[in-house]
Amino acid sequence: MAEPQRARPKPTPETQHFWDGTKAGELRLQRCDACAHVYFPPRPFCTSCASRKVSVFKASGKGFLYSYVINHRPAAPGFTPPYAIAVVELAEGPRMMSNIIDCPQTPEALELDMKLEVAFQKLDDAITLPVFRPAKG
Amino acid sequence: MRRNQVAVVGAAETTELGVIPNMSQLQLHADAALNAIADAGLKLCDIDGFATAVETPQQVCHYLGIKPTWVDGTSVGGCSFMLHVRHAAAAIEAGLCKTVLITHAESGKSMIGKQPRFTAPDSLNGQFEAPFGVYGPPSMFPIPVLRFMKTYGITHEQLAMVAVVQREWAAKNPRAMMKEPITIADVLNSRMIAYPFRLLQCCLVTDGGGALILTSADRAKDFPSKPVYIMGTGESVETPMVSQMGTFNSSRAFKVAGPLAFKEAGIAHGDVDHLMIYDAFAHLPLFGLGDLGFMPYEETGSFIADGNTRPGGKLPINTNGGGLSYMHSGMYGMYALQESVRQMRGIAPAQVPNAKISVCHGVGGMFAASGTIVFTNER
Repeated sequence: MAEPQRARPKPTPETQHFWDGTKAGELRLQRCDACAHVYFPPRPFCTSCASRKVSVFKASGKGFLYSYVINHRPAAPGFTPPYAIAVVELAEGPRMMSNIIDCPQTPEALELDMKLEVAFQKLDDAITLPVFRPAKG
Repeated sequence: MRRNQVAVVGAAETTELGVIPNMSQLQLHADAALNAIADAGLKLCDIDGFATAVETPQQVCHYLGIKPTWVDGTSVGGCSFMLHVRHAAAAIEAGLCKTVLITHAESGKSMIGKQPRFTAPDSLNGQFEAPFGVYGPPSMFPIPVLRFMKTYGITHEQLAMVAVVQREWAAKNPRAMMKEPITIADVLNSRMIAYPFRLLQCCLVTDGGGALILTSADRAKDFPSKPVYIMGTGESVETPMVSQMGTFNSSRAFKVAGPLAFKEAGIAHGDVDHLMIYDAFAHLPLFGLGDLGFMPYEETGSFIADGNTRPGGKLPINTNGGGLSYMHSGMYGMYALQESVRQMRGIAPAQVPNAKISVCHGVGGMFAASGTIVFTNER
């Protein structure tokens, strides 16, 4: 029997640019052309002023650890516990859920507010996930 | 909405609570409904309004043989029943129906006749949370806790005391699932579930249900039980994605719903004799105390750790033992409402002496939704 698979995102027309971005090694956010509000998750209008004129841009990929849990049980399919489920606050403002790599999954190593930078984890030919690692320097 | 125009005249839980392997989820709805009908001295044909969550109104109405002129299928998680109470009170006041039955039931443990929860891979949750290993409420609901603790200086011991105090209340309740006393050390040494939370800081998983019957306050005096009036109500939603909450230092849905209910009731915090704050996990009473404006967030941990919410304390909270020790079938809001009604009727197993005002505050999803009801036994 095949190993249980990690949950795999299925893009919609509104989110395709985000998943195209991660595949190309870019973390893409959206900014409102009218009021400059930056937001996530993707949608083709501004959640602040309702304008439909919005642009996709490449984010810096920098952020900090806003909060997390270290999940022990039950573990999601495709994950080996314990593993951290993190919320990262991006330099551009929005927050996103992710995982922290290249770092022990312990309360001692995972310090709130630690600086992070984006990395990309290929799931398959179509989907690459944005994950984060402790920032260098 | 005008205060005290609608009252609870029937309230009951399922005959059994806990592990009920001989009943489907739909039959648990019926068991709770029939118990509430009997409590109110009514017949099923007297019910002309109906509300429920997860199961559809048509499903439960057909099963029970009810022919409603008003239904509400609001399904926003565990606080759906608070919203049903609010909507039912408005419907009764507007003359859309006279006698509303609200049911909840969940075969949360035995999983009989219950659809498993499913996150579609093309939903926003499916794309932007599920791939990172969230798997059920214990992996999601505690995600804000570490930020909340850091911001306000809340300690692990204070969060452990939430479970300790609620077990003290549960010990007084014959129907509580867990009654053995526990200590802070017991909590902090229990099995790790999702750091920082351990087993005893996570809700139970049980089977059960409950039902309420509401009618106009003018009719309420003709019923067998002491009427429990709806004094104030509030509701709101924020986001189905815990990662997208505006902040982890509070809940926006709580901060909208709670103050709305207080304002409508025309009460101050010092007027509250009894408080229920839906405790799926140990941090919720702290968020609730802060978001409802009882005290600054920094004081919520010490307020509970110092014993203010335990039996004999100045603000009794979660007097049935809560979702941590009483029962938690998955959508606990109905059981919080049942305990508020018992306290207002004066028949709770751990009765708060002379309680006249009870606030019942619920959460849906992972801080996704909220509903608050202020009850009183004086018109």
